[in-house]
Amino acid sequence: MEFFRMKRDIPFMSWGKYTTSVSLLTFLLALFFLYSKGLNFSVDFTGGTVMEVNTARQADLGVMRQTLERLGLRDANVQNFGSSHDVLIRLPLRHGVATATLSEQVRAALAQNDPSLKVRRVEFVGPQVGDELVKDGSAALLFVSLGIVIYLSLRFRWRPAVATILANLHDVVIILGFFAFFQWEFSLPVLAAVLAILGYSVNESVVVFDRVRENFRKMRGASVPQVIDNAITRTMSRTIITHGCTQLMVTSMLFFGGEALHYFALALTIGILFGIYSSVLVASPIAMALGMTRADFLVSDKKASSIPDAP
Amino acid sequence: MNRFPLWKNLLILAVVVLAALYTLPNFFGQSPAVQISALGSNPLDVGVEPQIEKALAAEGLTPTRSTLDAAGLRLRFADPDSQLKARDVIDHVLNPPGEPLHDVVALNLVANSPAWLTDIGALPMYLGLDLSGGVHFLLQVDQQAAIDKRLDGDASEIRAELQEKQIYYDGLSRTGDQLRVRFHDAATQGSAQQLLEASHHDMTLKAEGADLVLGLKPETVTAIQDQAVKQNILALRNRVNELGAKEPIIQQQGPDRIIVELPGVQDTAKAKDIIGRTATLEIHLVDEDHSGPASLTELPPPGDILVQERQGRPVFVHKTVVLSGDVITDAGAGFDSQTNRPTVNISMDAKGARVIRQVSRENLKKRMAILLIEKNKTEAISVATIQDELGARFQITGLQSPKEASDLALLLRAGALAAPMDFLEERTVGPSLGAENIARGFHSTWIGFAAITLFMTGYYLLFGFVSVVALAVNVLMLVGLLSLMQATLTLPGMAGIALTVGLALDANVLINERIREELRNGNSPGAAIHAGYDRAFGTILDSNVTTGIAGLALFAFGSGPVKGFAVVLVLGILTSMFSAVLVSRALVNLIYGRRRKIERLSIGM
Repeated sequence: MEFFRMKRDIPFMSWGKYTTSVSLLTFLLALFFLYSKGLNFSVDFTGGTVMEVNTARQADLGVMRQTLERLGLRDANVQNFGSSHDVLIRLPLRHGVATATLSEQVRAALAQNDPSLKVRRVEFVGPQVGDELVKDGSAALLFVSLGIVIYLSLRFRWRPAVATILANLHDVVIILGFFAFFQWEFSLPVLAAVLAILGYSVNESVVVFDRVRENFRKMRGASVPQVIDNAITRTMSRTIITHGCTQLMVTSMLFFGGEALHYFALALTIGILFGIYSSVLVASPIAMALGMTRADFLVSDKKASSIPDAP
Repeated sequence: MNRFPLWKNLLILAVVVLAALYTLPNFFGQSPAVQISALGSNPLDVGVEPQIEKALAAEGLTPTRSTLDAAGLRLRFADPDSQLKARDVIDHVLNPPGEPLHDVVALNLVANSPAWLTDIGALPMYLGLDLSGGVHFLLQVDQQAAIDKRLDGDASEIRAELQEKQIYYDGLSRTGDQLRVRFHDAATQGSAQQLLEASHHDMTLKAEGADLVLGLKPETVTAIQDQAVKQNILALRNRVNELGAKEPIIQQQGPDRIIVELPGVQDTAKAKDIIGRTATLEIHLVDEDHSGPASLTELPPPGDILVQERQGRPVFVHKTVVLSGDVITDAGAGFDSQTNRPTVNISMDAKGARVIRQVSRENLKKRMAILLIEKNKTEAISVATIQDELGARFQITGLQSPKEASDLALLLRAGALAAPMDFLEERTVGPSLGAENIARGFHSTWIGFAAITLFMTGYYLLFGFVSVVALAVNVLMLVGLLSLMQATLTLPGMAGIALTVGLALDANVLINERIREELRNGNSPGAAIHAGYDRAFGTILDSNVTTGIAGLALFAFGSGPVKGFAVVLVLGILTSMFSAVLVSRALVNLIYGRRRKIERLSIGM
């Protein structure tokens, strides 16, 4: 069985103008939603208390809200979670309240109405920890981006390196844009997924640029767009199959992994889909726009230093 | 050209067998157990085993297996309920009430794997809290409080020293992190400076007019902060041991934070209560000049605070702290030889002894209060009259029962925190949710793996099958490695294992596509295999390095479950390269390498 049997190279580079505009548009939209709606940060980042409780009978959210109000927790958010027996209670951080004991009070108060009530999960995060996580998260993002640029520069020189990291940061912004638009909860595992995607979809550009380098050696006399088109066409089969299979795994996580892995898998899914698109159709046009030539690839090859630059 | 030398094949086989061996214990699971070990370094008396078994049988409890080794006697039980019951029964047999502690009886989780596996160090992975259920706390030590306390201690020490040497001073006060002692003239100031310089090496001394200003040296401040965290960790460890938690984790994080993790704890409310008891102890003198307050709402006179006794009686005590709990080196419950009433016997260090001797000598027949300070709540656990000059060892009397005495002794021994702590983070996962998370993690991995197997064998035929075997080996090696390292498996970690399958697959697809391309270019099947593996390797390395960078960043900046994910990701990259490059190559070599002439490759084209 073969899905991709290309006789001729697909002229990807001649579409560069359109693909770049599409990317730019999605990118700007993502930025717009990030700015206008913002991310729906989980308790990991904002601080506060989240409780997941399970009741034997169908949970009466109205009664629960009243109970919480009696405790003075007017700003509590109570909603069903997964089934009508599972309830998620979010209590925002409040100053001057011994929050560590809050969940115990809430449990006791709720259990008075419904003795069958069981607490399945409690998370309390203090304000300091949240701030630190935001800081650490940004530091990790910076570290990964810089690390990848440095590695790719060593491997290919700066133009392909910068093009790759721009293409992949564009993926990251788009994932965040989705989370902002749908107001999906942005938690620590989602951050981990975003960073993993950054590392993972760089693979894609690396594979393409590896092939570009090889082509520059083999295809003497071919123009830069021709070389790139050939590289993308030859690696496309592998791109689609690899990502398709990884997506099989992630889809399985999305459907069978339960609530805890839901947004994690969702972030990976968006990342994988846009990763394919951006590393093929965004990275290469950017590299060309930056003025990439033969010399960007043949630097690490001592024998190749005698080859003159392509005009 | 497509043949590995024998040693290479054997090496790969050995690695795979080892990986399988170390993965194995994870399938046996763990049983709840009760561990009995003798106190101190003595070996356990072997004669207790039949005695314990008889007592258990009387309660209808039978251990599923029992093992005796250097660590003590371990009895396994079918479920946590009988484990808890058995613990109480055994504790009653070995440590009858009223007698000193004889043997330590603790709850434990013991791997079910056969002994030969345990002997080679093959143990199951630890399960993170999100999988096993339990509680996690992140506590912050209030270091300013530790410094304040130290300065208060220094102040009372200085008072005692000056009084002892009969150096008269006008007053001693603390502002911020400085102590100021006021003197009448320069001569007394000079002799005081001489005295204090000799006895307080860790403080800076400065003369200002007729005053002496004392401050803590920077290195002393660091030492106090460090000591506060260390001592709090020790106190927490003692408390958690009392709780009988299985394999608790108590460790320092950063300069002033402590992580407490109690996996498998069922009664989370109780755990929170015990950990949450961030109690500190202080000894104050009772204000004898003012008659006891009539009610709890009465305003205390200046320089006093109002506290409540155990029995509910309010009492005024001086604000000045005579001593705080950190000077106590040991505390034990006992009985007074004359009255035969329960007591607590306390030993304290040299510094504490000097202060208490001085204070007690000057305050004979007056009352002394021992205050237990919880968050925002102060209680006088004991108010007793000083009968005699106190030394490094003294007795607290006036206790209700032997039980109260032993509780107080425990709290004094284990519970004296050097500084109060704040909860920064709390995560509780119920045991049923943990079990569900395990099932979900397994499910999603298996279903995903099955889907990939179907696709790969359909698309690449035999080469696809080889890839799937390589993927399976990858998972095996990853789990084996994690077990060998005794890493903690979390739900994101399980997701990491699934994601690693995707990464490892990337390498296999790269190779298979390369081989197809070489065939299309007209190479012979044998040469295509060779060139395919060779050429793909550079690309595989490149793409894995970038994912590795992301993994390292997550490890460096992540915490808790994210760190678990990072560990799996980084290890997964290593195992995936091994499995894709060596394992699949070895299999392909075994299939095609021996044939003299290969007609065509079963690679789906």
